[in-house]
Order: sequence, then structure tokens, then C-alpha cells
Amino acid sequence: MPYDPERDPLLEIKDLCLSYFTRAGEIPAVFDFSLTLKPGESVGLVGESGCGKSTVALGIMRYMGHNGGIVGGKIIFKGRDMADLSEEELRSLRGSEISMIYQEPMAALNPSLTIGSQLMEVPMIHEGVSAEEARKRSVQMLADVKLPDAERVMDAYPHQISGGQQQRVVIAMALLSNPSLLLLDEPTTALDVTVEAGIVELIAELSRKYNSSLLYISHNLGLMLEVCDRIGVMYSGEVVEEGNIDSIFTWPKHPYTHGLFGCIPLPYADKNSRPLVAIEGQLPLPHERPPGCNFGPRCQFFKGGLCDASVLAIEEVTTDDDDDHRVRCARWNEIDPAEVIAVGIEKESVEIGETVLEVDAMQKYYEVRDTSIGALVSGEGVKYVKANETISFSARRGETVGIVGESGCGKSTFAKVLMGLETATDGEVRLEGKNIGNMPVKSRSPEQLGSLQMVFQNPNDTLNPSHTIGGQIGRVIKKFGVESDPQKIMERVVELLDIVKLPRDFIIRKPRQLSGGQKQRVGIARAFAGNPAMVIADEPISALDVSVAAAVTELLMDIQREHKTTLLFISHDLSAVRYLADRVVVMYLGKIMERGTTDEVFAPPYHPYTEALLSAVPIADPEINKRHIVLEGNLPSVMNPPKGCPFSTRCHRHLGDICDNEPPPEQIDRDRHIIACHIPLDELRAVEPVISVPSAVEKDRTRLTKMARANKMAAEAAAAELVAMEARARAAAAEAAAAEAAVDATNPGAE
Amino acid sequence: MAELVKTLSPAPSPGSALGRAFKSFSLLKESPVGMIGAGLVAFWILVAIFAPLLAPFDPLATLKPMAKPGTEFAGGGTFWLGTDHLGRDILSRIIFGSQTVLIYAPLATISAYVVGILMGLAAGYHMGWWDVILSRISDIILSFPVLVLYIIIIATYGASGAVIIVAITFASAPGVMRIVRGLVLDLRSREYVAAAQTRGEAAMYIMLVEILPNARGPLIVDACVRLGYVIITIGVLGFLGLGLPPPDPDWGGMINETRKMAMIFPHMTLFPSIAISSLILGFNLLADGLREVSLRD
Repeated sequence: MPYDPERDPLLEIKDLCLSYFTRAGEIPAVFDFSLTLKPGESVGLVGESGCGKSTVALGIMRYMGHNGGIVGGKIIFKGRDMADLSEEELRSLRGSEISMIYQEPMAALNPSLTIGSQLMEVPMIHEGVSAEEARKRSVQMLADVKLPDAERVMDAYPHQISGGQQQRVVIAMALLSNPSLLLLDEPTTALDVTVEAGIVELIAELSRKYNSSLLYISHNLGLMLEVCDRIGVMYSGEVVEEGNIDSIFTWPKHPYTHGLFGCIPLPYADKNSRPLVAIEGQLPLPHERPPGCNFGPRCQFFKGGLCDASVLAIEEVTTDDDDDHRVRCARWNEIDPAEVIAVGIEKESVEIGETVLEVDAMQKYYEVRDTSIGALVSGEGVKYVKANETISFSARRGETVGIVGESGCGKSTFAKVLMGLETATDGEVRLEGKNIGNMPVKSRSPEQLGSLQMVFQNPNDTLNPSHTIGGQIGRVIKKFGVESDPQKIMERVVELLDIVKLPRDFIIRKPRQLSGGQKQRVGIARAFAGNPAMVIADEPISALDVSVAAAVTELLMDIQREHKTTLLFISHDLSAVRYLADRVVVMYLGKIMERGTTDEVFAPPYHPYTEALLSAVPIADPEINKRHIVLEGNLPSVMNPPKGCPFSTRCHRHLGDICDNEPPPEQIDRDRHIIACHIPLDELRAVEPVISVPSAVEKDRTRLTKMARANKMAAEAAAAELVAMEARARAAAAEAAAAEAAVDATNPGAE
Repeated sequence: MAELVKTLSPAPSPGSALGRAFKSFSLLKESPVGMIGAGLVAFWILVAIFAPLLAPFDPLATLKPMAKPGTEFAGGGTFWLGTDHLGRDILSRIIFGSQTVLIYAPLATISAYVVGILMGLAAGYHMGWWDVILSRISDIILSFPVLVLYIIIIATYGASGAVIIVAITFASAPGVMRIVRGLVLDLRSREYVAAAQTRGEAAMYIMLVEILPNARGPLIVDACVRLGYVIITIGVLGFLGLGLPPPDPDWGGMINETRKMAMIFPHMTLFPSIAISSLILGFNLLADGLREVSLRD
């Protein structure tokens, strides 16, 4: 039967099973995967790393490498079975009818070719058009992806444009052949939030314009909500729940899906009253999957004999009347995860003590020597990169201070100065009253070193792969003089492992035997080994999966609570910062834009940059209303920052010359809430909040209206019945009135 | 808890090191090339160890000049590989010659590695002036033709085992330094190095304990290749008459002494050449095998 775009789905996957073949034998990566994608539809696949979502994308293209392949099922693309196609046919299909966009834009572009030549190649190879025609189309497409100055970009090399621009080029390249199917594998994960917001909007807009179908792969549930019509939630190689995005977000049926929502710091989560609930346990290894339900061992609704009895099939959910919602759970009908998981145990808040850290007009400049003849002649041989400029704030005992900003805002430089890996150019950094700003790590005493420790970002990099866990934690204890006797050191290591909830036999393990979350726990144990007064956490959870990140966040909070440690939490993730910080510092290009308590910073008056950041963060809750602000342009170079306000080049509330030419004044809203902006505070106060969380009553109302919408049929029937009832009642009343009238008529002389 | 600590604390290092060695070997079994290399190397090591038992004659004794391979000796025994121009048994000389090669080549390589690693660590970790000075020194050494260097050093100090080791160290350490420096430049930016710095570790500790163990993979592979080169070098030195002083059996020297008769008595040069080639081949194949195995998961 020939393919008919009107009637047939664009892509139909039936019971697909994909496996990798290794020395250890066959490893099933994806099984029993079915998906139907209509033209112009966008479907999302969410799941944590290792769940097989990228394998699905590669499997669709039949591009799994020499050791992977399709073991069962069918992929039908435009009426053709992909398994029947020859290598030759596949090659002409890939890049023309099916395009893929990868996570790392820099790795997707060839660094030694100009962007123009890489773009022009697409229509020239697939459609055989002339070079002039290809160039014309490429320039047009670059304009479509909203790259300013398309002609200049055509002649640029990939390293000459920013990461966000590179991803736009990759998207342009994927769209040049006008593909009917676009596969996106975490296309914005490597980008900053404000850039991500722009790209996501672009993708949604372009897919409408070109009527391409999207398969959007991500671990970020919030993003899914902004882009997709339908989603599939994957766990350990299979889809556990799929359906209409609205019904999955409103009524998640699978305990895993529900667990995921519990791990995300949504705006109404609070570290004390509504802490996150992490999912216990770990993703099973592909060759160690349990019998029956893969999620069984981690599920609190697990019932022996039922859940582990046989392979589960995916079933239609019938209770919410949405006919596009399926779940793979033996007990979905009996359980209501929403009621049982509910919220985590309430925790008491930490008492805030005396000031521990004071940063006073701290500056960090890097010297860059320009040795070109031009620079020597003009006498501008030395330039300064102003990584940190007049940074001032303080942190008290037991307090969590969040430092937020995008890459290149100077937050990591600040951490380095604190740790003594760099020294401040000017200003003071006082830790417990003593200035350490210009004291390099070498000249600090063991107590000073021990009282200020750091949790690092990359779990794979934070531990030395050559040494055992016990050895690495033990070394810290010895170094900081907590204990010196080897026996006592080992006892302390065991204690620390208990605190971070790791098994004791990890002492003799090497880092490569640990998962990412476990490594990060060891990193936390190491930081707390010297009983620090203050811990700096530089993006400690950004490289972790959602469920793991939630567990690590909670662990960090618990230890902090117990030890009354001051925590400096550096992150680009506003949701995480809002969740765990007491006070927030927002940085941009080395300067503080806004600081204050979390509540103050996250509510008007906002600095326009804070406002844009807030709007850029995707929120995985369809009931929350959010204003959309998309920033134009790129982060300016730190070598050549704007003369006035650093944010003036991208600001959506730009006033005029004053912003470009004069540094903004620090306006004091309340005693410790400070906004560096030219716009008068009253005007900023009048700004409508970016995020509005509906109250409980409103939430119930929206839920009910949604239910009513979903129950449309039933509601219509009920309404019809109501109408009928009313009509009957009216008829009865009329009858009664008529009877009365008749009675009246029969005995008119009664009065 | 005390019991637990007792049972756990002594175990880690020896157990895991042995286990790792065993694991690397079992991995190497999957590379046929590597196994051939390991076999060749193991063969020569065994020959060197058991030389006195294996050699049929005294390697220095003058027995019967210019005998062809397979000639019977009047005093009993057979010259399986013939004798040289002075009547010494070639097989016995090759067997004892393996001792010389397998003592001096690894010693010289280790010495070059110690110097090269220290230079590379200092240059890569400290950067700045350390790097400028050490890199320039190594550039200067590398800009000389190697042979000229050997000739100058050995001609000045005389040919002896120690001088040969010093000469080889001097010429190869800069190459090792280059590799180590490159690896260190990458490793020094790792977070575990920053963690060590922020707990106030000395630079030496960080270089040797935190960085060096993680550079071992590429270094082991390179060491195998370099060992092959050093064997060639020792052979070449022997051939040029700069090797160990005669009459000690030395493969390179054996070729040199007999090369004028190679047209008439090819066996005199052929067999020592085969010995040298097979050992070098062995080390190179082993290096290939290790690289292949280390690239896999």
C-alpha cells in the first residue's frame, strides 16, 4: 500500500527491540518500544541517563554502530520498513528526510571548514543544486534561525561564534533539507538557560513553519512541557508511561513518573516545609534487570508475586477519560501515588548565627598581554579581564547563600579566590574575621584550609581514579589534623561514609566502581571531613540525573543542618537555588546585579536580568503561569564589557543612553535587598511577577475544569440531562400553573 | 566498627594491585598481537635467566674458527649456529648476549623515564619559568642528531655500561619529558588536583601521588616502544664499536665484528640480527597489544 501523508503516520514503530552486542554477550538496550508520530507532531522522550532514549533515536536512523542492531519489531518511516533499506538508501535518507541535532554543537560542526561550506553541502549533496542556489538557501535559513548578520556567519569558522549560535547553525543545517522528521537529542543541555529558552522557542516555531515532526529527547521534564504534544517516559529500556502531555503531567500514573516529579524543585517546594523526595535505589544495569517490572526494586508499591511475575505489557489508562494515556504498571488501577508519596517529612529550619564570611569590594582581574605590534605601538599591551568587580556580600553561620549566573559570569573565579587557588586583586574576603582574599592556599594554616572546603562539579573528575575511596577521605582527615592514628582515621572514614549514606565496604573501592551520585556523595564526605565552617559547592548537582540530584541536594542540606555549616551554593540552575538558598546573589559579567533573601530576589522588584533568568527556567508544572522573556544577543566578552550597565546590551527594559554609558547605582529596596539598575525601584516594583503559582483553591478549580474538559462526553451528557431535567421541571411547573389556573377558572368566586 | 576497620584496612593496596595486574594480563589475552609480543619477550627473558644452563659452550672460548651451522665439535657437542671468525660458538654468544641487552636496555629506559618524568611533571605542573627552561633544554638536546650525541659522550668518557646508560638517558629523557608534560597539562586541571591543592598538599605530593598514577596508561605503552628503540641503540652502539668492550658477548658487536665476512659466512651476522629483531619486535607488538586493550572499554 503506498504511503499517504494524509492518512498514514509519518513514523510508526512497533514493538521495537534494540540490543548491543559486547564481549559479555547481548545487552538489550531498548525493548518493546512502540511509537506513532503524525506529521507535524512533536513527541518527547524523557528519562534518566542510561534508559535508552538516545538509542531509540539512533535505532530510528539505523545508525547504531557495528555492535548494535535491531533484534525485533519494525520501524516504518513513510510507509517503508527501515529494515529493508540498503546502506545506500539509508544514506540518502539520513540528513535529507530524517535529520538529527546532537547535544554538543561544537562537536557537531567541523572546526576546519567554514559554516557556509558545511551548510551548502546539505542541499548540494541531497538535491544536487548549484553552489549559488545552495548559498542562497543557506543564508535564508540562517536568517530563519535568527542569526544576525547571516552573510558574516557563512564565512566564519565554528569557533568564531558562541555556543548558542553554533546550536542555531546546527539546527539550520538540519532544517536545510526540509526533513519530515527531526530527531533532537538533548539539544540545549550544553547551553545556558537564557540561550536555551531562545533555542527552545526557535525549535517550536520552526517545526510549525516547516511542518516537521519532532522527536525530542531530554531529561528535563520542564522543557518537554514547552515543546511537546505527547511524551513517553522511559525507564531502563522501556517506556513506562506515555500519552498526552497534559494528562501525564496532571495525572501521572506510574510510580516512577510520579517519583520524577517529586525530585524536581518546583516553585512551591521548600527545603523545610516541602522537601524533595528522591527515588530510592539506582537504575539497574542492563544485564541485571529484575524479572517483571524493571522499576520493581525501587518502587514503594512493589508487591511480590504480582510485579515480578511476568513481563508487563503497556496498558490503556481508562480512569481519566483521556484516550491517549498508557502505563506499564501491574497495579496502576489500585494505587494513587499522589496520596502515598505525598510530600517529604517536614524538617526544621537552621538557626542563622553570626557572620562567617564577609566579602568587601573584592576584585579579581586577570592580566592579558597582547604582544602584537599594533598593541605595542598604541601602548595598550596589557589588558585586563575583569572576572570579578566589587563583589560585596556576607554569609552567616548555618546560612545557604546561592550565587546564580550563566557561564562566564565570574562565579567560579570567585570560588577560586575563596579557596586560595587565586588571590584577589583588590578588596577583602574575611573568613571568621581574618582576611584571606590575598592569601594563597600555600600560606594558609591547616585549620584555615579545613574550615573552608569545596564540593566540585564533575562527579567523574572529583575523585582520583587511581586511589581507593577510603584512602582519599583518610588523607583529608590526616591532612587537617583531625586524627593521626591510622586506626582512628579509618574509623572516622567509616563514620563519614555512614553520614553520606554509602555502604562501608566502599572504603576499598576505586572511583570507577561507583555511580555518579555515589561519587558526588564521596566528594561531600571529603569536604565535610575537616569539620568545615563553610563549604563551597560549585554546581554540585548539575551533572547528575534528576532523581540522583534530588538525593544529593537533600543530603547536602541534612549535613549542613546538622553541622550548622555555611553553604555557598554556586549554580546556574535557578530552581535549585530557589529551593535551597536562604539568600541569593545574582551575578552577570563579574558584577552583582541583585542580592537579597530568596523571597526578595524571586519576587518583584526584580533586576531585569533576574526577571529574564526566571522566565528562562522551564517549569514542569502545567498549572504554573509564566511570562515569556527571550533575551536577544550574546553574552558580551569579558575583555570588552559594556561601558555602562553590563546587561545593557541584552536588556529588555533598556532605558537608553544612560544604561549604555553610566554604571548603574545600587538601589536599596529593603535593608539587604539590593538591585543595581537605573530603572527606579517603584517602576520595578510594579512589574508583574514572572511566575505565578496558583493558590490551592485556584489549583483545585483548574484541576476540576480540566477534569471536566477531559470528561467532556460525560459532562455533555450530564448537561443534556440537566437541560432535560430543567425542561421536565418547567413542564411540571407549567402544568401545575395551568392546573391552578384551571382551578381558578372553575371557581372564580372563591375570593 | 573496630572489627570492620581491622578487616578492611590492610586489604586494599596489595590485593587490588595484584588483581589489576592479573586483569590486565587476562585482557591482553584478547589481543593476539599482544600475546605474540609477550611470548617473544618472555622467551628472551627466560633465555637470559637460564643462559648458563642453555648455552652449550663457553661464549668466550676459541674452539673452531668459521664452522658452518650444524658442524660437530671434536670435543663433543654441535655448533648449531656455527662459530665466528675467532672460533666462538655463535649460539652460546647469542644466549649470553641476551643478558647484556636485557640488563642494560631496561636500566637505560628506566633511567631515562625517571629523569624524563621528573622534568615533565615539573614543567607541566608548575608551568611558567620551569616550563620555559626545561622545554628549551629538551629542545636543544633533541635538535642534535642522536648518534652524534652518543659518539661525543662515549668518546669522552669511554665505553662502559654506566656511560652507555647515561648517554641513552641524556638522549631519550627529553622525549619522555614531552609526553609527560602533555599528559600533566591535561591532568592538572582535574578537580581532584584542585581538591588536593585546597587541602594544602605539597607540589611534590600532588605531582607524584595525584597526577602521575593517572598518566600511567600511555606511559606504559610508550615505555615498551622506547625499550625497543633502546635495544636498537645498544645494538647500533655495539656495531659502531662504542658498545660494551670486547670480548663480552654483545649482539651489536657480534654483527660488527663479522660483517666483513657476511658475504662468505652469512650465518655470523644473520643469527645475531635475528635475535635483535625478534626482541625489538616482541616489545613493539607488546606495546601494540597494550594500546589495543587499553583503548577498549
